[in-house]
Amino acid sequence: MSKETLYGWGRTSPSVSDVISPATELEIIKDIATAKEFIARGLGRSYGDAAQLGGGTVIDNRDLDGVGVISYDGVVTVGAGTSIDELLSFSIPQGWFVPVTPGTRQVTLGGAVAADVHGKNHHLDGSLGNHVLEMRIITPQGAFTISPTNDGELFWATIGGMGLTGVITTVTLKMLKIETDLVLVDTERYENLDAVMSAMKSGDDAYKYSVAWVDCMTKGSSMGRAILTRGDHAKKSDAPTKKLEGPKPAKLFVPFDAPSGLLNSFTIKAFNELWFRAAPKKKLAQPQSLSAFFHPLDGVRDWNRLYGKRGFVQYQFAVPDSAGETVVKAIERLSTSGVPSFLAVLKRFGPSNNGLLSFPIPGWTLALDLPVGPSALPQVLDDLDEMVLSAGGRIYFAKDARLSHDKVHAMYPRLGEFLSIKDRVDPEHRLVSDLSRRLHIGR
Amino acid sequence: MENAFGQPQNVIVLGGSSDIARAITKKLCTARAHTVVLAGRNQQLLDEAAKEAHEYGATKTDTLLFQAEEVSKAGETVSDAFDKVGENVDLVIIAVGLLGDQRALENDSLGSARMADVNYTWPVAALGEIRRRLVAQGNGRILVISSVASVRVYRDAYLYSGAKAGLDRLCQGVAESLKGTGVSLQLLRPGFVRSKMTAGQKEAPFTTGVNEVAENTMRGLASNDLVIWSPPILKYVSIAMRLMPNQIWSKVMKR
Repeated sequence: MSKETLYGWGRTSPSVSDVISPATELEIIKDIATAKEFIARGLGRSYGDAAQLGGGTVIDNRDLDGVGVISYDGVVTVGAGTSIDELLSFSIPQGWFVPVTPGTRQVTLGGAVAADVHGKNHHLDGSLGNHVLEMRIITPQGAFTISPTNDGELFWATIGGMGLTGVITTVTLKMLKIETDLVLVDTERYENLDAVMSAMKSGDDAYKYSVAWVDCMTKGSSMGRAILTRGDHAKKSDAPTKKLEGPKPAKLFVPFDAPSGLLNSFTIKAFNELWFRAAPKKKLAQPQSLSAFFHPLDGVRDWNRLYGKRGFVQYQFAVPDSAGETVVKAIERLSTSGVPSFLAVLKRFGPSNNGLLSFPIPGWTLALDLPVGPSALPQVLDDLDEMVLSAGGRIYFAKDARLSHDKVHAMYPRLGEFLSIKDRVDPEHRLVSDLSRRLHIGR
Repeated sequence: MENAFGQPQNVIVLGGSSDIARAITKKLCTARAHTVVLAGRNQQLLDEAAKEAHEYGATKTDTLLFQAEEVSKAGETVSDAFDKVGENVDLVIIAVGLLGDQRALENDSLGSARMADVNYTWPVAALGEIRRRLVAQGNGRILVISSVASVRVYRDAYLYSGAKAGLDRLCQGVAESLKGTGVSLQLLRPGFVRSKMTAGQKEAPFTTGVNEVAENTMRGLASNDLVIWSPPILKYVSIAMRLMPNQIWSKVMKR
């Protein structure tokens, strides 16, 4: 056991916890018998305070690793501490890809299930929970094997449950068959938000993957100009090469914390401009590697250090399809407030799953990276919360570091059901995180 | 828990009825603070401050009486305040201070000692218990209200500015000692502030009101900088204050 200062990917709100690294379920059971309060942690890619617990015990899941045999129909069981990167290194050469991947492969499967991560294919395939067949979980009331049909209540409380129902030890999921390690990508530039949203609404269903990068720093007629990239896995017949290579390690890294303020309105505007100009106006069926298409930021290790010691927050909300104008209003509010924000990610969500605290709802989601520093930022985000809430939307817990607890019940109407299931497996409320304390969702 | 912008939910304010403390408390409650325990020497003023905290968004407030001359009870007062919060404390503000009448006190041993007790010894004693409690939590923040007067002690208020200088320097050591504990300490160094404490005194350059101090404090909490200046320009003015030769310093302070 060691005392460690932990924080999320945004590097805000640190706290010190006792960190243990059990390698077996038995070790976890022994460890939690003496821990007053505990929470699991993977690779620390939640942006806020979801995987830390000041004064408590944090269970590092990285030694709960290992990848099982991939069956003929793509079913595989992995240790919850296995990262998507490790799984892909093993699975891509055999012709299998993860059914859902977030924007980084440096997340553990346990963490990915706890956040019920989504990817560029949510509009067709839903979030990761839709593809999980079974899990093992250790709770204060014992170890359970759970699936949609075996204690479905606990299963769906755990999908998106932010680790608050127990320590996930293994995940069994159904992988996706691929023929090559390439994606054929269509890229189009749009001069404003209305144009890209309308293109996504009418055309996304023709692609397996779709996402738009939106510039939130432009105003007037070019407000929300965007680059839309959509694609599908390349088949052997239409790919220039027939390789199946796993991901490669990052070649670049940020060696030290940049000075706070390096990323300011001026530099971010310049970056956004370059990014926008560098994209082709229209390019079809361009072959891209899986890494370049799905995980472009994994190419630079520790990129979060670019935000300096003050760190940054990622603000991600989802609103129903009928509230598309909330996306417009949110970007309008940001572009007029002078708060700098990098290219935002806009995406359409398909149907929700049964996860009680799962984030996606059918409609739109927008994610923004915002450096901590501008004095207007806390109020701007509070205003956005109000907009999102009144549109029937919600904020993503895995990204959050600043939401007010009094909005959580309205954003997640099934929170009461979640808490009663949590009570069953954790009657003494020992599964706690800094996030659950802040948002009052642990007890 | 505190959020990414340094906005706390559970707050203790030692010296909670001072004008600066009240202005900061109001801002904190407007942001995220829902539990506020205010400690001070005057129950009526504490009740007013607690009512104000409620009006600005706190859902649970409590008050606690203490005398900053009773140094031996500082630890007990802090402990009671933590118990009244009843869960993790995110921010403890030490806003205890007494400007005093320098000319009347400077030949008075007991009066001088009282100035040192209130402005230095009691806060130092309180810090011991605050430090212990927050380090055990693994997170939390301490905000100590120092003063720009701590930068350089001056003739007309050496009892006050000398004690603040001691507290300010000592706190820099405490802040250093807290590295790696999840707990941080910040110093607020306001300039001349229009308040009850300074009523009737001649205003100095860069004078502000309490609301401006509170706004700068909120920004400072988000920044994690060791020193929060109010107004921010004092950061640069203080360099001149430090470097000024004695003769010029004396002349400037006589004006």
